[in-house]
Amino acid sequence: MVLVRRYLRNPAALLGAVLLVLVLAVALSAPLLFPKDPLSLAGRPLQWPFANPRLWLGTDSSGRDIAAQIFYGARVSLLIGLVATAIAIAIGIAVGAVAGFYGGLADEVLMRVTEAFQTLPNFLLLLVLVAVFGSQITTVTVAIGLVSWPAVARLTRAEFLTLRNREFVQACRVLGMGDARIILREILPNALPPVIVYASVVMAVAILLESALAFLNLSDPNIASWGNLIGAGRGVLRTQWYVSAIPGVAILLTVLGVSLVGQGLNDALNPRLRRTLPS
Amino acid sequence: MTILLLALRRLAASVPTLLLILAGLFLLLQLAPGDTVDALMAQMGGGDPATADELRRFYGLDLSATAQLGRYLWRLVRFDLGVSAIYGKPVATVIAERLPVTLLLAGSALVLSFAGGTLLGIVAARRLDRWPDTLISTLGLAFYATPSFWFGLMGIVLFSIRLGWLPAGGYEEVGGGLTGLARALDIARHLVLPSLTLALVFLATYLRIMRASMLEVMSLDFVRTARAKGMGETGIVVRHALRNALLPMVTLVGLQAGTMLGGSVVVESVFALPGLGRLAYESVVQRDLNTLLGIVFVSALLVIAVNFAVDLVYGRLDPRIAAGR
Repeated sequence: MVLVRRYLRNPAALLGAVLLVLVLAVALSAPLLFPKDPLSLAGRPLQWPFANPRLWLGTDSSGRDIAAQIFYGARVSLLIGLVATAIAIAIGIAVGAVAGFYGGLADEVLMRVTEAFQTLPNFLLLLVLVAVFGSQITTVTVAIGLVSWPAVARLTRAEFLTLRNREFVQACRVLGMGDARIILREILPNALPPVIVYASVVMAVAILLESALAFLNLSDPNIASWGNLIGAGRGVLRTQWYVSAIPGVAILLTVLGVSLVGQGLNDALNPRLRRTLPS
Repeated sequence: MTILLLALRRLAASVPTLLLILAGLFLLLQLAPGDTVDALMAQMGGGDPATADELRRFYGLDLSATAQLGRYLWRLVRFDLGVSAIYGKPVATVIAERLPVTLLLAGSALVLSFAGGTLLGIVAARRLDRWPDTLISTLGLAFYATPSFWFGLMGIVLFSIRLGWLPAGGYEEVGGGLTGLARALDIARHLVLPSLTLALVFLATYLRIMRASMLEVMSLDFVRTARAKGMGETGIVVRHALRNALLPMVTLVGLQAGTMLGGSVVVESVFALPGLGRLAYESVVQRDLNTLLGIVFVSALLVIAVNFAVDLVYGRLDPRIAAGR
């Protein structure tokens, strides 16, 4: 409860939470407000925002409702962000926990692999993965998770290195607990707070990565994604710049919300070390 | 001398990492449905299976995966990256043609974001929790949250279409026939928007790290000593704190090198720059595996080279590292 109070006292963190709740509300209300397929024809193409009261954000060059695409896009961004983050965190924790707990050869090998992933520009790796496995939404999400775990692994490993020789761990060993139980039930809960805070960074980057892929036409074209809409608006940038501008603002607000919440959590967890979130 | 040895040792340690990357990617690409020959045949408008088999033999695609991997690694040792199936030229040549554009773009973006981040970070740390700090930190967060391609597009709308100040894309004026200084200026004009676009995202990270690092250094004892000597605030910041506060910034350059190259894929695509990133995108779309692997190889080499340079700079900034070993 102290944590919640400390979090709520921070205006930036509060703003982040409000933004995130707003995006969540937009995502949940999409099928209620726009029962039609967001990628179907809604009216005359390239109507400016506020020109037509029925299509209040206007239409794109194919005559699709921009507002509907924004609302459904929120679902895609949040879903991809959450699932990809979950995948990245799971891989990162598994790799980091084993490397940090056992040390030695396991550590050496796992850290080499982590280093290999970090040496490779992650967007390039993402391109390769999408080229190989296709660009359905599921493969894109898994691919984003697969390129985002190394930093999580390093963070978890560092936590495990400091925790593995503490007295409570030694006590567990004396009690005859198995390794798996010590790792999962004893050390992991103590190592988790910084990892959870870092998850916000992973999620922010995941949302940005998906939008960049969609912008390059390498993500799923059959889904109303903000990046797709920005890419579609490129052809009419000269005169109808709003087609690209509106979804960009949506991405900005979402990622801003995620980052602010992460920072707020960090500040609330470490009140004395303000704003030390790694990036 | 010690720092050089240390850096060289880290350089040597990156060789197995590099091998791991190449082997992993090569095996990954084996899983890709369709190979270069399929793409080529599709481009030629189909053809009989005999031609396809002959082409596969020509590109060495009829061998087993392990044999192909072995051949690939052996050729890499001799820096022979193979032939690009789409461009009909050696991959090394194609990459060498595109590399300068990307290096110029990433280099200028790095300088912009590093210098801007240092400056804004210092200002924010000196005015902690007052309006300049709030403003800078908020702007930094907003930049961080904005997709770079959107920045680029909005920059084109504002500066190229509305104001007409800067070109909307391309590397230089086609058929301008410019040489020497005039050409350099022309290229610089074309690179203003792309480098700013790429830099803004990284600016946010740099200024945040600089701010935190500056706050930490300014609370150390040697700064108090300098204050006790009666030194002015500016003198303390410039002469004493800056050099120490720059250490995490330099680390960040190494960590961000890969992200920078990845970001240039998107930025080069927005501004139609003929760089390495766009080549990567094109070869993904065209399934030109040789070129793609070549680009990944060169990118990994670049990241390793940047980290080697970072190690050396580190030793210069902090003599304790060089003396410690």
